[in-house]
Amino acid sequence: MDDIALRAERVSKVFGQSRVLDDVSFELRRGEVLCLAGENGCGKSTLIKILNGVYTPEAGATFSFGNATAVSRITPHDARALGIHVIWQDLALFPHLSVAENIVFDDYVASPFRPLSRRAARSEARGVIERLGVPLDPDARVEDLSIARRQLVAICRVLRAGARIVFMDEPTASLTRNEVQTLLEITRSLSAQGISIVFVSHRLSEVLAVCQRVTVLRNGALVGTYSTEGMTQTRLSQLMTGRELTLTPRQAACAGEPVLELRNLSRTGEFEEVSLTLHRGEILGLTGLLGAGRTELAHVLFGMNRPTGGELLKNGKPLTLRSNRDAIRNGIAYVSEDRLHLGLVQNQSINMNTAVTVLDELEKPRGFLSPRRLRELTAEWIQRLGTKVSDAELAVSSLSGGNQQRIVLAKWLATKPDVLILDCPTVGVDVGAKAGIFEIIRQLADEGMSIILISDEAGEIWMNSDRVVVLKAGRVSRELTPNATTEASLEEIINA
Amino acid sequence: MRRLHLGTEGVLAAIIVALCLILGVTTETFLTTQNLFDLLNNQSVNMIFAVGLVVVLIAGGIDISFAVAASVVQYVVMTLLLDHLGGGNWLLGILLSMAVGSLLGLVNAFLIHRFRIVSIIVTIGTFNLYFGLLMVFTGGVSIYDIPDWLYYSVPLIDLPASRGSATLYLPVAVMVVMSLATGFILTRTGFGRAIYGFGSSPEAARRSGVRVGMIHAFAYGWLGLCAGVAGLMQAHIVQEVVPNALIGQELPILAAVVLGGATLGGGRGSVTGALLGVLLLAVVQNGLNLLGVTPYAFRMIVGFIILAAITCSNLDKLLPRRPISQEARS
Repeated sequence: MDDIALRAERVSKVFGQSRVLDDVSFELRRGEVLCLAGENGCGKSTLIKILNGVYTPEAGATFSFGNATAVSRITPHDARALGIHVIWQDLALFPHLSVAENIVFDDYVASPFRPLSRRAARSEARGVIERLGVPLDPDARVEDLSIARRQLVAICRVLRAGARIVFMDEPTASLTRNEVQTLLEITRSLSAQGISIVFVSHRLSEVLAVCQRVTVLRNGALVGTYSTEGMTQTRLSQLMTGRELTLTPRQAACAGEPVLELRNLSRTGEFEEVSLTLHRGEILGLTGLLGAGRTELAHVLFGMNRPTGGELLKNGKPLTLRSNRDAIRNGIAYVSEDRLHLGLVQNQSINMNTAVTVLDELEKPRGFLSPRRLRELTAEWIQRLGTKVSDAELAVSSLSGGNQQRIVLAKWLATKPDVLILDCPTVGVDVGAKAGIFEIIRQLADEGMSIILISDEAGEIWMNSDRVVVLKAGRVSRELTPNATTEASLEEIINA
Repeated sequence: MRRLHLGTEGVLAAIIVALCLILGVTTETFLTTQNLFDLLNNQSVNMIFAVGLVVVLIAGGIDISFAVAASVVQYVVMTLLLDHLGGGNWLLGILLSMAVGSLLGLVNAFLIHRFRIVSIIVTIGTFNLYFGLLMVFTGGVSIYDIPDWLYYSVPLIDLPASRGSATLYLPVAVMVVMSLATGFILTRTGFGRAIYGFGSSPEAARRSGVRVGMIHAFAYGWLGLCAGVAGLMQAHIVQEVVPNALIGQELPILAAVVLGGATLGGGRGSVTGALLGVLLLAVVQNGLNLLGVTPYAFRMIVGFIILAAITCSNLDKLLPRRPISQEARS
């Protein structure tokens, strides 16, 4: 039998009326990379917080660590003593401090009044950085680093703190393909050093690539723990959702008339001479590595930045966008990539979030807002997009990721656009909800809307686009149709 | 990127040196020991306020009650010394001022921390409360009868100058000590780095186990302590205690500290920056006086400098980015 780093049995947690974790067992071997998988709301975060000492489980749970005797709960103090660390998705770093200071920050908390030397902090940090074998400058400020580098800082920090068990929450969500590869390699080298890693990710291909075993939770209960040997993405999605997800590649529709034409569109430093045509009822996949200019292009098409060269035609007529209000008036809508921060006003109601783009419409003809029309509008979109909402007066933050994404869609669809730009619409959305969102997108295209779908994931681009444009360092590098290629070769083209 | 090499402090220092050179050429009196010493003597009070305020700004807060608090300290300390302690002495005066000042600061910290109220609202409240109490209890009457030790100025350095002599007085030394102490705490102790950390990302600091209450208590308490000392020095310089002598100083000092690189968002700022910020505004004012520009223009020019400085430091965010960065590729 392998060495056990952590074993948790009969873990339950009740919040108010709802039982979010029900009699879950969890086992982690020393030096293992394990994936904790499940849809949003399945209890993953709750379990992590219990194992990290943030929440107290219901009575009856037992936790043991290798040979030590079992305890009925893990306190934050235990978690630290045992080297259990969580790297949350937001990384919890200090942007204005240097890399070295971030790495040794725990010292500042532990002994606040010991005079410190910067040189000691730097050499201490350098030691950890070298142990991890990553290119980090200890003197750089964290705010000047890319997300991928910041993540490395967070990893260095837990290593420095003597981590033996590390939970990583959605570590790859905002990384480019190459950065993901680097991270996966680092994960493997940590596990070779005897550190156990629990990986939480919605990207099933990564899960299967790096993890030895996967523990699946569904609705707060344990589905089971499986070896990733011989596991497929389809099977894993089924375990997570409990249903068969049948997604078929989209059958390319015959192209309608051109709706949006870009002729040599450029913006200095962001993208150059991009020419493409978007037809009526078409889903155009726009992909490429992060930083290739995809989002930057979308910002120009949505009037948020002005192009420095080239021209833009809408329905054959030249179009100059001075602001995003101009773009909205011209039937262009943009669903931004950062749903939580940019797409929704989290603490406002679902009603207000849905109606925010069309408030002036709702004021017509009498000049003041009609609460009844506002409710009707929201109700209509909630129903059309199949959003699960108990009360539209609740804050939008009360919804799950997939349902929030539907509200963002509704908000933009309410402007009755004929061009819809979707920037990474499935980041942080679980498999079940992803399928639902693509169903909606396809239906919109069938109804005649022209859609630009931006995504890193070759799989979803391949499945859902009529045509794919690959950007590379700000230029169009390839244009192809999914029918004429395979998912794997599309992936290669993106990363080439 | 350009700013990184010099830092805000470097840019400020360069501007101040340039201004001094220009004023040295255009006026006869600016670059004299006498004038420069007077500049320091006059600004030491503002500088002590500024080094206290920068701590609060680094911790991500703001305080506008400190100048009024300093007036309260002056009254309380004078009354205690004269009526109950038989006049006292320097040591007692400074210790009392520090104690009363930090108490007033701790009131802010308590309200902000315990009731989770935004610092600007709390300090607008205490600003009015302190000033109101002061006026009610003093009836707006000044104290002219201050103890002898406080009345007579304490020269530190006396240099012969063209007209009479150039003298540096005690408040400058106090300012240097307060600055060194604050700088030491902020840069050379873990607690100081935790203050930066808390200002930079309160949530990350909380999760790291930083005691948020301690950070608040120290930041506002230390500003109160500095304000107490500054109040005592101001009374010492003008040789009287006037209830509304300091009210209105809070915004110019806040502006100077922001000019010195602190932001209202927290996590940024330094003692050097705060001092240079005060110095820059003082040099400008002094220069304008010597050039015979009407004092009414001073506020206008200060406003312009602040807007120009903030605009410049934001410019690189507005311009299109550098050609596709290497970072995207690496």
